[in-house]
Amino acid sequence: MAEIRRRSLLAGMAALGAGACAKIPGGKDGQDLFDAAEGGHRALQRALAGKQGLAPEYAPEDRSPTFRGNGSLTVDSDFYRQQLASGFPEWRLTVGGLVDKPLALSLDAIRALPQRTQITRHDCVEGWSAIGEWTGPQLGTILEAAGVREQANFIVFRCADTLYGSPYYESIDMIEAWHPQTIIAHALNGEPLPEKNGAPLRARIERQLGYKQAKYLTGIEAVASLEGIGKGNGGFWEDHSGYQWYAGI
Amino acid sequence: MTKHALSTRLWHWVNAAAIIVLFMSGLNISNAHRHLYWGRYGFDPATAWLDVIRFPGWATIPQHYDLAGARDWHILAAWPFAVGLLFIWVAMLVNGHFRRDLTTSPRDWTPGAVLASLRAHSPGTAEGSAGHRYNPVQRILYGMVFGVLLPMMVLTGLSISPGFEPAAPWLVELLGGRQSARSLHFLAAWGIFAFFLIHIVLALADWRLILEMFTGGRREGPAVAPPPPAVEGVPQNG
Repeated sequence: MAEIRRRSLLAGMAALGAGACAKIPGGKDGQDLFDAAEGGHRALQRALAGKQGLAPEYAPEDRSPTFRGNGSLTVDSDFYRQQLASGFPEWRLTVGGLVDKPLALSLDAIRALPQRTQITRHDCVEGWSAIGEWTGPQLGTILEAAGVREQANFIVFRCADTLYGSPYYESIDMIEAWHPQTIIAHALNGEPLPEKNGAPLRARIERQLGYKQAKYLTGIEAVASLEGIGKGNGGFWEDHSGYQWYAGI
Repeated sequence: MTKHALSTRLWHWVNAAAIIVLFMSGLNISNAHRHLYWGRYGFDPATAWLDVIRFPGWATIPQHYDLAGARDWHILAAWPFAVGLLFIWVAMLVNGHFRRDLTTSPRDWTPGAVLASLRAHSPGTAEGSAGHRYNPVQRILYGMVFGVLLPMMVLTGLSISPGFEPAAPWLVELLGGRQSARSLHFLAAWGIFAFFLIHIVLALADWRLILEMFTGGRREGPAVAPPPPAVEGVPQNG
């Protein structure tokens, strides 16, 4: 990981030099330049904040009066509607990929794990923010229970919702996966997750923007590479519109 | 002795390119959520302190609404802008540009001093061009740009990045919360735009000023020639 960080820092500096020469991005080399600049920000932010640096947590009175829903606001399937109406008795979160013990966790099993409650701010890539209280087990607890292997470099979140006809998904690296504030939330402000906010389960990646906070979770997959998943860019919006995979900026 | 140090000229043009890209891609990003708030959170346009216009395609990078593409440009140009600002500050402190041209005394801030220099240096007058010492208005304006507006862009930009926030959560709180930082980012950007307009108009009044920002020009003063005996501080030619 240190090698990757050094390389992305060098790439960032190279991007700086290239940018100063007024090289116009566009085409593949242009995208490489953008990616290098993004990688430089990631390396710098991680160096400054530390791998385990915490996003600010707020007091209950700091919460926004409501929590805006955005993107998918529901899942268009009979199974989802029926589960939503009955409290998701048959909903399962599968944990697979590069793990020793694949799991299929019910909501009761997830609620039985050690819980973390955090009042954090959600920043949408569009610019707006909302503050809410999230409760759920740390992703690290689940990965430990499943025995995630050393070869795993990314965690992929599989979702029930679709946008523009494609299933939503997201991914994070292992630094973000083991971060103490990365939780699988089943409650918002002390209530079961509302439909528009991703019922019954959503990811909370507190140091990144809203599109990383995958909703309507059905599976967690440990992988070595993001190639072959979706279009290979690490997430729905990354594939569909070219959004930045690292969403810390 | 050149009027503009090489470091100044280099920074000037790299920074000009970076600021144009940042401003125009920033207008595209603004179009994604055209409401500004004070405080830590804000998403309901009914609670916004300002509803921003939709910026037209000719004013944005890319020229159509593309939040992901605009963010690519913004994230890229942030590097030469922020690193360049650090560079020029160090250069100005080392080469004396800051002490010589940007420091002000309380006397410079009096309305009389400001009015007098505005009258004496308005564009088109002989004194308005190619002055070799900065007058009080220049000192105050450039000082505000270097000391307040440009650093504010970097600080507010960092503050609205959730990945940076764990490194300095106090900075975000100091600015009044993330949505306040976002509002200040927007306001400072328009402050720089206002400076940019004045700067361009005054530079176009004498094309030699623009040329000198490439060549370096010649500094007039004791280092090259003795000051004119009559009035101190007035350039020898217009």
